[in-house]
Amino acid sequence: MTRRRLPEWFLLLLPAIIVIAAVVLIPLIFSLYSSFTPYKLTRPSTLWKWVGTYNYEKILTDAKFWAAFGRTVLFLTIALNLEMLLGLGIALMVNKVTWGQRTLRTIIMFPMMFSPILVGFQFKFIFNDNIGLVNNALQSMGFNVALPWLVDGKLAMFSIAFAEIWMSTSVFAILILAGLFAIPRDPLEAAKVDGCTPFQSFRHITLPFLMPFIYIAMTIRSLDVARAYDIVQIMTGGGPARRTELLWTLMSRTGYVDARMGLANAMGYVSIILSVVFTIYFFRKLTAARAQIGMEG
Amino acid sequence: MTEVTLSNIVKFYGKHQALHGINLDISDGEFVVLVGPSGCGKSTTLRMIAGLEDISGGEIAIGGRVVNDLPPRDRNISMVFQNYALYPHMTVRENLGFSLKIAKMDAAEIAKAADEAAGILGLEELMDRKPAELSGGQRQRVAMGRAIVRHPDVFLFDEPLSNLDAKLRTQMRVEIKKLHQKVGNTIIYVTHDQIEAMTLADRIVLMKDGHIVQVGTPLELFNTPVNTFVATFIGSPPMNLIDGVVSGSSTIQLADGLSVPVPASAQGQVHNGQRVKFGFRADNLMPYGHAVEEEGERADLELTVTLTEPLGTETVLFTDLAGTEVQGKMLNPRPVRPGEVLKFRLMLDKCHVFDAATSDAIRG
Ligand SMILES: Nc1ncnc2c1ncn2[C@@H]1O[C@H](COP(=O)(O)OP(=O)(O)O)[C@@H](O)[C@H]1O
Ligand SMILES: [Mg+2]
Repeated sequence: MTRRRLPEWFLLLLPAIIVIAAVVLIPLIFSLYSSFTPYKLTRPSTLWKWVGTYNYEKILTDAKFWAAFGRTVLFLTIALNLEMLLGLGIALMVNKVTWGQRTLRTIIMFPMMFSPILVGFQFKFIFNDNIGLVNNALQSMGFNVALPWLVDGKLAMFSIAFAEIWMSTSVFAILILAGLFAIPRDPLEAAKVDGCTPFQSFRHITLPFLMPFIYIAMTIRSLDVARAYDIVQIMTGGGPARRTELLWTLMSRTGYVDARMGLANAMGYVSIILSVVFTIYFFRKLTAARAQIGMEG
Repeated sequence: MTEVTLSNIVKFYGKHQALHGINLDISDGEFVVLVGPSGCGKSTTLRMIAGLEDISGGEIAIGGRVVNDLPPRDRNISMVFQNYALYPHMTVRENLGFSLKIAKMDAAEIAKAADEAAGILGLEELMDRKPAELSGGQRQRVAMGRAIVRHPDVFLFDEPLSNLDAKLRTQMRVEIKKLHQKVGNTIIYVTHDQIEAMTLADRIVLMKDGHIVQVGTPLELFNTPVNTFVATFIGSPPMNLIDGVVSGSSTIQLADGLSVPVPASAQGQVHNGQRVKFGFRADNLMPYGHAVEEEGERADLELTVTLTEPLGTETVLFTDLAGTEVQGKMLNPRPVRPGEVLKFRLMLDKCHVFDAATSDAIRG
């Protein structure tokens, strides 16, 4: 009497399959399904009503969504580029330091150790228009102004970007520093003999070697910033009047405040495109940069 | 005119002194080889001439101009590095043209200069490859090409052949010598290999522990070494050295009751009882019937061969003389078995005497 038994490899993989299904696959399928329904958290029965692509059509014509989308892209572009430039500058300087470099490297990483929520509260205080550090400093220097840092749309975006950059520039600095450590010394010496000024050596030798590291940092950070939520939520809550609304603050508002989970999930799927596009873009660049310095293969 | 002058050059790495006052005058178009065991300060000297290393003391002048405080780009030198130091992200063509591009030469001229260098070194087929796609020998050629496109005043080579296999090394050695004959620039070449030094140099600078031990033409170093270090470093196999004591004024007493006359060059320079090293090259100890026919005072010795190294045109014979292992040579060799006893002749005029205490040569 033999019973058919499941193959051994399947049995061994089963726990992993179950865990992945429970935490990734099922939520994914569920959220995808619900984006085709008018699912409201407050009325569970709406989950069973199929509305086809209604939510998606609504999003595509929704000015508020596209404003948040555009703002996110802009925020991402500005924050990433500034972080890259600042990180590069910091890494180049730290690389020159010969004494106490280890300590310095640790200090650079401090901002990464704080929870974004705390960073948000910190900068909310710093930029507060009444009691904030910045305005008080300006006033004691004799400028009789109280700039509405977190109220004016442009200034609020600036303040949020400032906090974001303060927190995450070190990601670039550390990765670029790792790149600087990995650069072979010989080609740099050859470049000196070949007539390069220090800037030319940087431009023609150092930078091509750093590009892969920069693109790795870019990829990681673009995913990070594309889901920026905590700092914005704490500092402005996406307001005032949606002037600092980014994709994730909009989505969480739609999903949890307005309880329109179906619509929010549809937004989620549209904005994933953003992350996918950025990731593909930076990976292309990364591959090209690696090929350039002969690291491919 | 590009003479290179080093005056009393000193180098400290922290507390460690790597160079102790190097003085050297290199004339225009000369091929000078710095040779010595590893760690003696050859690369340091070269890198100071290139401007890649600070000068702790003394003065370096290129073409009459003191360059101590000039960066490499203002010295009009080019350098070939031991590990080639090619730009890995550039093609061969870009590697060759890089210095000209930096010098803001126009693209057509750069292409012409790169093609010309590629022609001299046989790189035409490889112009669009990256360094990673080249063999060691090809990389070495690119490194040389990169050095010659600029028509620098001085070429600096730091062990450019040490990463190549023996056959390629010999081949490239010839190429470098031809290159020098063609372009005629001043070349300063660093190596730890005495054969490279002998074959390439107009003048050899032999260094040890941050000092210059002897400067001279290859034959000067070979024929009149100033001390036992030079005698054993230059020439292959190294010079044989046997301990002895001067007895009277014209005899050297070796171990085992053997004695030899003081060579003519050292007569009158030794005193009774002086401890010495008696030196001769393998070429001076040859078995009868397989030796160069030459005139001169000689000693006949019956010696037992312990080991042979056939090289084709000659065989190196190992034997014991006065309790010391020495090497002789056999021309037009025939097979020799270990244990065979041969009658050798030692040409006494060509022997050397060194003071045992100072290792310095004793010569009139
Ligand atoms: N960057 C450095 N820091 C400290 N010591 C060094 C450095 N470069 C070379 N040295 C020391 O200086 C001496 C000479 O080195 P080098 O010129 O490279 O020798 P060579 O090229 O003759 O083998 C060696 O004892 C070496 O250990
Ligand atoms: Mg060296």
